[in-house]
Amino acid sequence: MTMVRRQVTQRAAFGFLIASTLIVVIPVLVIIGIILFNGAGAINLEFLTQAPSQAGKAGGIFPAIVGTFYLMLGTLIIALPVGVMAGVYLTEYAGDNWLTKLINMAIINLAGVPSIIYGLFGLGIFVMTFNFGMSLLSASFTLACQALAMTITTSREAILAVPREYREGSLAIGTTKWQTVRHVVLPQAMPGIITGAVLAMSRAAGETAPILVVGAAFLLPRLPHSVFDQFMALPYHLYTVAAHVPGIPDATIWGIALVLLVVVLSFNVMATLIRLRTRTRRYSL
Amino acid sequence: MLLFKEGTPIFLDTPPWEFLFGTRWYPVSEPPTFGILPFFVSTLWVTLVATLIAVPVGIACAAYLAEVAPDKVRETVKPIIEILAGFPSVVMGFIGLMLLSPAIKSMFNLNTGLTGLTAGIMLAMMSLPIIVSVSEDALRAVPDSFRQGSYALGATRWETIRHVSIPAALSGIAAAIMLGVGRAIGETMTVLMVAGGALAVPVSPTEPMMPMTAAIASGIGNAVRGGLQYQALFAIGLILFLITLAVNLVADRVLERQKRKFTR
Repeated sequence: MTMVRRQVTQRAAFGFLIASTLIVVIPVLVIIGIILFNGAGAINLEFLTQAPSQAGKAGGIFPAIVGTFYLMLGTLIIALPVGVMAGVYLTEYAGDNWLTKLINMAIINLAGVPSIIYGLFGLGIFVMTFNFGMSLLSASFTLACQALAMTITTSREAILAVPREYREGSLAIGTTKWQTVRHVVLPQAMPGIITGAVLAMSRAAGETAPILVVGAAFLLPRLPHSVFDQFMALPYHLYTVAAHVPGIPDATIWGIALVLLVVVLSFNVMATLIRLRTRTRRYSL
Repeated sequence: MLLFKEGTPIFLDTPPWEFLFGTRWYPVSEPPTFGILPFFVSTLWVTLVATLIAVPVGIACAAYLAEVAPDKVRETVKPIIEILAGFPSVVMGFIGLMLLSPAIKSMFNLNTGLTGLTAGIMLAMMSLPIIVSVSEDALRAVPDSFRQGSYALGATRWETIRHVSIPAALSGIAAAIMLGVGRAIGETMTVLMVAGGALAVPVSPTEPMMPMTAAIASGIGNAVRGGLQYQALFAIGLILFLITLAVNLVADRVLERQKRKFTR
């Protein structure tokens, strides 16, 4: 092949690579743009603070926002402590044996399990076996199980990243292992742990399939009074009005999509910011 | 996770053979029949469509980001891809419903735009982030000395990417593809909303269909707890779980091997 032809081939190939990148990027921007454009009109104080009326045709989505907020909180309360404890155990205490290997493999694969399977799992365990019923509690536990893969992995990585010298310095002044973990390792690992927790909350806010199975309700004009109540949630509300209930004004549906997207993405951005801030702080040391 | 005991009693009623290969799913008729072939074939169709789109595009995008793009472009593109990864699946389903399905309907002159093809395209978008990021990591792990050796032999940058970088990163890219496929198989809300939900065994991607995840999600609300349909749905869940587990385990193995390859 002549040099010219090889250059032309390269040009064409790079063109294909760039085109592919654009195919990935442009739809994302278009989707965000369209949701913003169509949804912004529906957003007003009434939409955000009122309960739905006339089968979702009028009124607002306040109970769904509150329900999603409770779910995120519930997921955090359950998945964060368990995730951190598991992370501490796996990095500081667990021996290098087959059990640890098995646990690690299970955690990695936990992340790849389809969300609907978590729904079935939650239905079998929390709703039926523990008799929590179709409730906020069941849904929080189910989402927390799903979030565990993430909180454990991020906690473990954050703890592993704490330099050995810190631990040795602490042990050298006569602290016990637990005191070292508690006062030296965990504070250092905190930003990483929080990043994981925030990401887990963002996932919990957007997840639909599991809560569809274990207790989300369409149109519940009041807020849940206890953890055993059914609840509304933004993603489930979006699913029902978009796929099942005819006659809902388009603007309302786009508005729900916009609110959901803002909630989920703002938590993602928050996680990224925490990560970036800690990185610059480490460098400036 | 071994609670999938719930799903095995169905095989006392319907032999596994009929359950897997039966073409009729009539859970409420008398007597009920449970054949999951329509769901299984639907899952194959949507996954196939998603893979055909997402794999070439995803690898090309990863190659661009890892090998060609200037730092500035990469730093703009990567957050956008991360945003895509953060999109809730129900939002993607909604977008497919509102924007893509009318386009598909008029493009192929169909009665409905809710088809396996529509779902496949949306799934392709959803599996792209993982394919791009894992492939990009794999390409970045290829030592620079490989590339320099190739340039020294007179190869152009493209020839180096094609004949050196991509082959060297191949196992990582393969793992990326598997993870992407795993995600497409397990995705629920999007296919539930846009695949159309028909119960026949689909023979072409432009038909409405109901993948396994959608079958579980749409049936579980009406199933009597502990009843036959309930058990059958758990059995579908069990099969789905085993498929995704296998895909992820293999991908994990391959990634580990790739990592070891360059740390020597």
